[in-house]
Amino acid sequence: MFKFEKLVFGDLGWGDEFLFATLMTITVSILSMGLGLCLAIVTVWAKLITNKITRIVANFYTTVVRGVPELLVIYLIFFGGNTVVMSIAKLFGYNGYIELNALTIGTIAIAFISATYSSEVLRAAYLAINKGQIEAAKALGLNKFQIFFKVMGPQILRHALPGIGNVWQITLKDTSLISVTGLVEIMRQTRIASNVEHSPLTFLVTAALLYLFLTTFSGKFFKVLELNFSKGYN
Amino acid sequence: MQNFLDYFSQSLLFRNFIEVLMGLDNTLLLLIISLPIGFILSLVFALGRVSKNKILSKPIAGYIFVIRGTPLLVQIYLIYFGLGSIEFIRESFLWILLKEPFWCGVLALTINTVAYGSEIFRGGIQSVTKGQIESGLSLGFNKFMLLRKIILPIALRKVLPSYGNELILMVKATSLVSLTTYMEMTGIARKIMAKTFAPVEAFVAAGILYLFLNFLMVQFVKYLEWKYNPHLRVEQN
Repeated sequence: MFKFEKLVFGDLGWGDEFLFATLMTITVSILSMGLGLCLAIVTVWAKLITNKITRIVANFYTTVVRGVPELLVIYLIFFGGNTVVMSIAKLFGYNGYIELNALTIGTIAIAFISATYSSEVLRAAYLAINKGQIEAAKALGLNKFQIFFKVMGPQILRHALPGIGNVWQITLKDTSLISVTGLVEIMRQTRIASNVEHSPLTFLVTAALLYLFLTTFSGKFFKVLELNFSKGYN
Repeated sequence: MQNFLDYFSQSLLFRNFIEVLMGLDNTLLLLIISLPIGFILSLVFALGRVSKNKILSKPIAGYIFVIRGTPLLVQIYLIYFGLGSIEFIRESFLWILLKEPFWCGVLALTINTVAYGSEIFRGGIQSVTKGQIESGLSLGFNKFMLLRKIILPIALRKVLPSYGNELILMVKATSLVSLTTYMEMTGIARKIMAKTFAPVEAFVAAGILYLFLNFLMVQFVKYLEWKYNPHLRVEQN
């Protein structure tokens, strides 16, 4: 059943391995969330400017990635990514073999998925801002950058934060899927440990508790952030 | 045109498509069993969650918290590998079901969707205004009638869009059951990939099918929304 002695730190147990695996999960989550947000900003921009082609491309991207299982997207990028990267390298005259490591591929794959969710959140937050605000800023003589960074940005952030918190939770849980690429995060470590020790229950329960810990505490963190950002409104 | 059709029917993508289509029934089987059970249990759990009885609502809140805080993959592995390692379960009658990856998948998907679904339904039930309940009481409805005639119809149609989202998430979640050696569409796509070394064709074929499934699901939810929200229909002319 549940073997506590297998979870000690050091050579006898898997405690330190699981600590590193947890750090890896956090790293991948933060990296892919950040990359996903950047991608989401580009997607929102493509959806909101008055250009039909960019809008169609952006809509196609969000519809397809949200309509297809995450696992399939990860498989596609994991197995197909190298081919794409190599053919791009060929265009620049490099003919050697390139292999992306699991961390890069996993981060890109999860970012690709999380960007579709973030883009919806950001779009809604952008549309929630009153047009009068932009007009008022223009009347004050602010230029485009000032309007974006001083007027729009902070308000978008405030409107988007609850949604971004949700996307973060989804992203954190989705990182468990990139265990199929061989990256040693919590889920992969769990499979390795339970195969060695023949005690899957111990390590799976540990993994579940670790994920629960991560989601709960990051949820609390986002709550605090939300409170902080809506200070002027309560 | 004939040339093109010949070329297309012999292309790898098309052949993969046919092969992946053979796994469609396995994917649908997972959904057909876990979605209705999940729906009913979600309703029951949501009612338990909003009840004033703490002995009832607290454990349900804990269950929802745990399931929503852990990835589905962990839940599937826990049921498939974890339960199988307990001596007591291996010797009980449950083992007949739990040794099959299919039933493990159904169990995990149901447990997962009930947690999310009951949170959605709870939102709907709590959004029923007090005046509507009072008007029911003034008509002399008892508790069951109140639930059956007022609370549930109002709550259910209100949460249809978000429950539709959950249904789409469930369609996508069935792909994870392939990691327990169950051969549904993703599993077959994975097998094709290992056989042909052409990952893009294999996974794009499966992706198209999943998109199609989700498209049908969206249409179904849209139809339900149209049917049960007659007051929101836009009249023609």
